[in-house]
Amino acid sequence: MQFDSISAFFDMGGYAFFVWLSYGVSALLLTLLVYTSLNNHKNVKNKIAQRLLREKKLRKAAQKQSADQDNSVVENPSKNTNEAVS
Amino acid sequence: MWKWLHPYANPEVSYHFVGKLLPWISKITILLLAIGMIWALVFAPADYQQGDSFRIFYIHVPTAILSMSIYVAMASAAFCSLVWQFKLADASAAAMAPVGAVITAIALFTGAAWGKPMWGTWWIWDARLTSELVLLFLYLGVIALHNAFEDKNLAGKAAGILSLVGVVNIPIIKYSVEWWNTLHQGATVSKMEAPSMSMDMFLPFIFSFLGIAMLVTFVICIRFRTEILARNGMRPWVRNLITAEGVK
Repeated sequence: MQFDSISAFFDMGGYAFFVWLSYGVSALLLTLLVYTSLNNHKNVKNKIAQRLLREKKLRKAAQKQSADQDNSVVENPSKNTNEAVS
Repeated sequence: MWKWLHPYANPEVSYHFVGKLLPWISKITILLLAIGMIWALVFAPADYQQGDSFRIFYIHVPTAILSMSIYVAMASAAFCSLVWQFKLADASAAAMAPVGAVITAIALFTGAAWGKPMWGTWWIWDARLTSELVLLFLYLGVIALHNAFEDKNLAGKAAGILSLVGVVNIPIIKYSVEWWNTLHQGATVSKMEAPSMSMDMFLPFIFSFLGIAMLVTFVICIRFRTEILARNGMRPWVRNLITAEGVK
């Protein structure tokens, strides 16, 4: 232990401002770096998840549409044949 | 001889491999950083000339060394990506650039905060300080190029060429204190020789250096995984992974 008391520790032999400024800014920057990196990872995952959801919705809509078309094709033949006859 | 390495060129294998390492890396980081910082701030002896302002050394020197090491690692990755078109090398280079920029900024800032009480000035345009500032701008340029193109391959190429050209700055930083007259002192800690400082000052340095180095590794690993996901978002394995994890 290099310091006699807590206040001597915070005083840093008169260099308190410079020592704590260095350590403080370094800790702040490194914390921000870790936080943004973790956050970034989550955001990229969410973006991909949202895209997958959108694709699923589009696929469902397309299926429904083609199913409707199939139905209309089944309903229509009589009409078509009528037209052909007339 | 290098066959065992081949599977790791696969993004999926690399993603999961790094994911398995991460919990260990984070634990070692916390342990080493805690030991290093407490030892540096509380138990390391004060310098006989500089008093307690010398404790800035335990952040300034590790970050200054790492700012250059990360750059060399990034440029090597960029070289592999440009020459052999390793996609993952490009992803790792993109992951390293922001980390290197932050570490360089810390080295510059702590240097200024140490220079003020010891030299009487926050900043001086001398060789060591200026070349380290150029290093920060190189990092910022590489980051900007990585984000400048929608096409990640093209962006990686442009950023890779800039990082390779910038390598010329590394020996200039390293030897600036020998080639020019400068306020900055010469190296205290060197790989090849015994350190020119006492053991009770040097040991806490080893711990703070390894602690910050592990923290850097930790962040690079996270960003590396993010890059892999972002570049492989259309692949089936990423779809399965994301579907399995669900939306948060």
